[in-house]
This record gives sequence, structure tokens and C-alpha cells, in this order.
Amino acid sequence: MPASARLADDYALEIRKSGAREKVFVHQITAKKQLSPNVTRLDVVAPRIAQVRRPGQFVIVHRTEGAERIPLTIADADASAGTITLVIQAVGKSTRELVGMKVGEAIQDITGPLGRPTELPEGGRALCVGGGVGTAVVHPIAQGLRQKGVEVVSVIGGRSREWVIFEEELGKLGRVVVCTDDGSYGRHGFVTDAVKELLAQERFDVVYAVGPVPMMRAVASLTKPLGVHTIVSLNPIMIDGTGMCGGCRVSVGGQTRFACVDGPEFDGHAVDFDLLMDRLSTYRPFEAEALRRFEEECKIGLGR
Amino acid sequence: MGWAVENAILNKMNSDTAHQTPAVPPALAEGGAQVPSKPLTARERMKIQRQPMPEQPAEERTRNFAEVNLGLPERIAMVEAERCLQCKDAKCVSGCPVQVDIPRFIQHVAQGNLAAAAECLLNDNALPAITGRVCPQETQCEVRCIRGAKGLPVAIGYLERFVADWAYRNLDLTPAKPPVPSGRKVAIVGAGPAGLTAAGELIKHGHDVTVFEALHRPGGVLVYGIPEFRLPKRIVDEEVNRLKAAGVKIECNVVIGRTYTIDELRRNFDAIFIANGAGLPVFMNVPGENAKGVYSANEYLTRVNLMAAYKFPEADTPVLHGRRVAVVGGGNVAMDAARTAKRMGAEHSIIVYRRTRSEMPARAEEVHHAEQEGIEFEFLVAPVEVLHDEKNWVTGLRCQRMKLGEPDASGRPRPVPIPGSEFEIPCDMVIVAVGTRANPLLTQTCPDLKLDKRGQIVVDENLMTSIPGVFAGGDIIRGAATVILAMGDGKLAAQKISEYLARKAVTA
Repeated sequence: MPASARLADDYALEIRKSGAREKVFVHQITAKKQLSPNVTRLDVVAPRIAQVRRPGQFVIVHRTEGAERIPLTIADADASAGTITLVIQAVGKSTRELVGMKVGEAIQDITGPLGRPTELPEGGRALCVGGGVGTAVVHPIAQGLRQKGVEVVSVIGGRSREWVIFEEELGKLGRVVVCTDDGSYGRHGFVTDAVKELLAQERFDVVYAVGPVPMMRAVASLTKPLGVHTIVSLNPIMIDGTGMCGGCRVSVGGQTRFACVDGPEFDGHAVDFDLLMDRLSTYRPFEAEALRRFEEECKIGLGR
Repeated sequence: MGWAVENAILNKMNSDTAHQTPAVPPALAEGGAQVPSKPLTARERMKIQRQPMPEQPAEERTRNFAEVNLGLPERIAMVEAERCLQCKDAKCVSGCPVQVDIPRFIQHVAQGNLAAAAECLLNDNALPAITGRVCPQETQCEVRCIRGAKGLPVAIGYLERFVADWAYRNLDLTPAKPPVPSGRKVAIVGAGPAGLTAAGELIKHGHDVTVFEALHRPGGVLVYGIPEFRLPKRIVDEEVNRLKAAGVKIECNVVIGRTYTIDELRRNFDAIFIANGAGLPVFMNVPGENAKGVYSANEYLTRVNLMAAYKFPEADTPVLHGRRVAVVGGGNVAMDAARTAKRMGAEHSIIVYRRTRSEMPARAEEVHHAEQEGIEFEFLVAPVEVLHDEKNWVTGLRCQRMKLGEPDASGRPRPVPIPGSEFEIPCDMVIVAVGTRANPLLTQTCPDLKLDKRGQIVVDENLMTSIPGVFAGGDIIRGAATVILAMGDGKLAAQKISEYLARKAVTA
């Protein structure tokens, strides 16, 4: 019997009494850690997802009634503890509210695992490139590659030392090259500079790049002339995550694809990054307004 | 809305349109909701005109999301019920996908026995408050009503809604005695109209029923698609709560094909009913379609309905506000999108449809309401390109005029482009409502499931798929259709599943 069906029996009586919307899993936050000035790691109870998730997959998180549904990559999972790890960059109201939650509090709805798992080669050498919060997305890919016996070299970066995340975790899976924009740690410069050098010196069978759109575009343009297969993970606006809304449509090789069901990973040489950037900006005035109101409420003590 | 308010609105409407007040025979005219002392003659029944549905005035309702139709008051419902001629061989019943015994429930209404009417109705139809609101009666039951031959058919849909709403307010619908447990477990994929109907039927047979829903709220298209002004969420919640009270388990946030596979379900349940809908929106495949301001109707309606974007910033999900909105398509979804855009503040909300009014698949009432609300219609027009500015925001829809040609596979005349007829509809938002197709999420992870070339699941006459014990129904087998057809599948599947489980018990 699926774990959730068993749980459903336990809750059935309660549901019958209250007539309320059932909560089969209580997605409690079991651990919380600030990874960089605006990136937070949450470990959340989601036993089934922890059990079946594969590299590259994501969940949709709906914090509470009235909140947005937001897609977040599963950065890690502990099947025995029944938890998944979410790494969240707090940029707008919804993500700030999410990272404002305390250990012991529960997220109302988590759906997943969604998206197609990463295509992992059997053997060879892979270069994993992570920029900012994208580094957390690279981590499960690197894990999957290691399990397949692929040799992994990671290049990760941030503005300065305090913005570098997942260095230790990726270090367990292979060599890590750290870059900082200001030179305060590791190599001075962008990840793309390090990637260019590595590609010139070493042979890689495949490159995975996850991070800000300009970074993924830059990496893809470096690998294209070399003919190195490059996979990028896209983060368009999404509602249901099951193919129903079409909001996450992206153009790949001139064809419209849905990131939630056809992706989120695509051939970096075929993605229309300009369109992705452009569509990501659709709700900018709304996001600014929501954040302004949120910050005002925080100031006068109404918010969390 | 309370009865008092509804009556007040109805009275106002009646006084405004006093000259149009339908004729009521003397036996019914006085004394409110009273059963006439002796049955009316057929001649007397024929004299009663169809009673109108009280509705929110168009100019008011385009500024709110409250329900348009207010429901018949009891007195009026009883008058309308007297119009039914109680045909021996009632054609209306055969037009109903779930075979509601229409004359019988209407007779109970006419006799003022509303509890009996409710019992009769609920016996045939698991979700009458919903179908009373969203069924295309004019192509199903009412079109076959004998009274339609001379005048207007009995308002079966209005009466169905009246009885269902009355039952929710006045009856305890929890089954007094739970059925004898069969010891069998059935999994249902999707908590939309097909899945909920099947769940209601299967639980009556004593099976242990679990419904898996991908979204965070049960209801499927009833909560993400159909707007509040046509089907209040409260109604769906009531129906869902009634199923739960009867013992149906509903698990939200479970995507079959991702969270669990069909194979896993097969190992844990004795039978499965797949009713996951035709979720994937179809786009027009014209240039400019990915510009900002182009929505699928699914996305637009989901933002506004399920995610309550009309309350932004009180609700967190935003939606763009178009001043001139072009909605492409001629079905109910197109009407819903156009009327929603109007309520979201659009000055012009324009339906762009490639055939003419008479080929539009939308319910007659939706088209009528849309017209009252000032929705504009461009018939015999097909988009060829979405125009946008240098920042990729929509500025218009380039279209081409069409004429009707030979009938196509659907039997409707095929629209044929008129060369050189291109023109532009200036607009800042485009909503694409040209249909949906099968969602591959579930079927991708279940290669044994036989599909047709459109990706829909192939079933036999018992709604069984190519995998024994796995049944399917609703949009996933027929493509985008109606709520009631999905419910009809749910009802039939439940019966066939029970038969299958009984057979299995014998052979086991």
C-alpha cells in the first residue's frame, strides 16, 4: 500500500469529523540553515517524494491558502528520514515568506516529484557549472553522475565568499573550482572564465549549467563551438507544474516546449534564452508591488 | 445569497418586466407555494409559460464575481414543474448522459414534495447542484422535451439546480447507514467531474475508495476552470464534503505518473479508474504566440479561479489586466475567459471565432449572458499572428476573414480563409481557448496502456483499458468534452468496476 494511502486511513476519521480539506502529509520543516545572505536551506517532511525523487526533478510548494504555487528544485533528499531539501533564494514576497518559516512549522502543500529526471550518461567526464542558487540544483545532478561512475568537476561561484554555497557537498563528489566576482575567495572572476579555461585544458563529455539565465547562455555559447553536449535547467514561471497551464512554455530548437513536463532540463544549444528572460519579466510590476507591501507590513509589525 | 434577497431581486425583475411576466393559471397564481387542489389538465399545463431564471443585472455583475443566475424561488419552481406533461415515454431522460428520471423528480416538485424530489434526483446524479448549473441542457434533455415542439421546453436545468440547492440547505445528506464493506479497494486518478462521480457511486457499493488529485484542491475543472460567477466554489466544496462524509478519501498533491505510477497503484488497489482529464492546452501555432500577454485559457482561468488572482495583492498570484482582450475560440471556456476578463476590468473583451454563431460549441445560456455583459464577437475570423512591441508585449492580433465551406469530420462547415482579407484587432492581451489535449504525464510512465494517435487512452465498451482492472473515462478517453459526459463516464465506470470486482471475487 502506498505510504500516503495508509496515512489517509489514519486521517479519515479526522476528515469525517471536521469536513475540512484533508492534510495527508504534514510537511513540517525539520531543519533550517542560512547558506548565503539571501539563500536558505529548508529540510521538509515529504516521505514519498524523498523516496522516489531523481536528479533534476522539482516540487511545487504552496505555503498556505492564498499563497503562490512556486516551483523549487529538490536539492537533496534523505529517504530514511523522509525529508527533502529545498534551497530558496529570497527575492520576492513569496520566497521571503517561505524562508521566514520556522523549524516545526508546516508548508500546506508540496507536490512532486515533477519534471523529467536528468539524463545521465554511463561513464565519462562531466563539468557541472553552478551560479548562485543554481548551485543547489547542480548538486543532485552531480550526485546522480557520481552514482553512474561519471567523473565530476564542478565550477561554482558567487559575488564574494559569503555567497558561495554547496562547496562542501560538491567537494565530496569531485574536484570543485570556486570563483568569486570580487576575488575574496577562490578564483577571481566569473564561473564562465573558469569554464573557458577548463574546456581548453581538459576533455569533457557533457556540461551541465544551472544558474542565472545570462550565465547559462554564456556557458552554452562556450561549449557550442567545441561541440560539447550542454544541458541547462530552466526556471520559467509555472503554476500547476503538470502541463496544465502552459505558462512555463519555452522555445527549444524553434519548438514550443513546456518546462514542467518536457523539462526542466533542455539542450543548452537549442534554448531561446532571450525569450526565457523576457517571459520571466512578465509580472515584474506585480512582484515589486507585492514586495513593497510585504516590507511595509514587516516594518509596522504585521508580517512575520 | 439568502432567499429574501433573491426574492427581492426576482420581484424587482418581475415588476420591471411586468408586461412580460409569464402566464400562470389561476390555480397557481395566488397563495404562494401551494399545491393546486386538483391536478391540472394538460390544457392548463400547456398554458403556463416557461419561468425565467432570476439573474444579477448585467451591468452590476460585470463588476463582481458573484453568481449570475440566482436560482428559482420555490413558488416559481413549482409553477415551472407544472409545465411538465409527464410523458410516458419521456424523451428527456434518454438525452441525459446519467439518465436522471426527470419526469419523476419534477412531479415531486410540482406536488411540493421536495425531499422526495431530492432523493430521486440524487439517486441518479451524484452532483446535481453542479450539473444544474453547467450542463448544456439545450442539446441534451431540454432539446427532446415535447413542449419544445410548440414553445419552450420545460426548464429542466433550472429545476435540477433548484432541487439540489434546496436539498443542501434542508437535508442531512450523509447516508444514515454505511453500506456493507466489500473489502475491495479502488483508486481513482483525478478529482474532477468523472472521478468524483465514480467515487460517489463506488462508495455506495461498499468499496474502499481513494481519489488522487494533482492540484492542492479537489474539483478539477470545476475549481480551476469554471469561474465563480457560473459555479461558486462553495457548491463544489459541498459536493466534495458530502463524498468525504460518505467515506471517500481524497488525497491532494499526488500526481499519478510522478508521485506514484499506475503499476504501484495496481499492486495496492483491486481496480483503478483513470480520470485525469485532457489537461494540456493547445496553442494556435502562429508567430508571436510566446509574447507577454498571451495566455492559454487554462492559465488565465487557473490564475483567477484556483489562485484567486482577482484578489491580488491580498492573494499572492498575479494576473495581467488587459484593457482590450481578444479571446480565441467559441466554446464554454472561451466564454468563461471573455467574461472573466470583463470582470477583471477589460473595456473590450472580444471573442474571435472562425465559424459563425450557430456553430459555436458554447452553451446557449453562456453566449446569451456574454452578449448581455457586452462581450463583443468577431465571427468568421481566424488569427494568423500575434503582434507585439519591441519589448515583446502584445499589441494586437492579425486575423484573416473566413467563409464556411464543406462540412468537415465534425459535421460542421469547414472555415475557409478568404485571400487578402487580413486585418488587425488591436489588443493588449490574447487568451487562447482552442481546446486541450491529453496530458502525457501518466501515460508516459505506463507503457502498457494502449493509446490512440491523439494520446488518449483506448477503452472497450466497459470503459476498461488494455490493462485488466484499469478503467478510464472523461476527457482522457474522449478529448475535451463536457462536465456531464465525464460524469456519465464516471457513473458507467463505477458500475463496470463493481461488476468486474464481483466477477473477480467469483473466480478468485
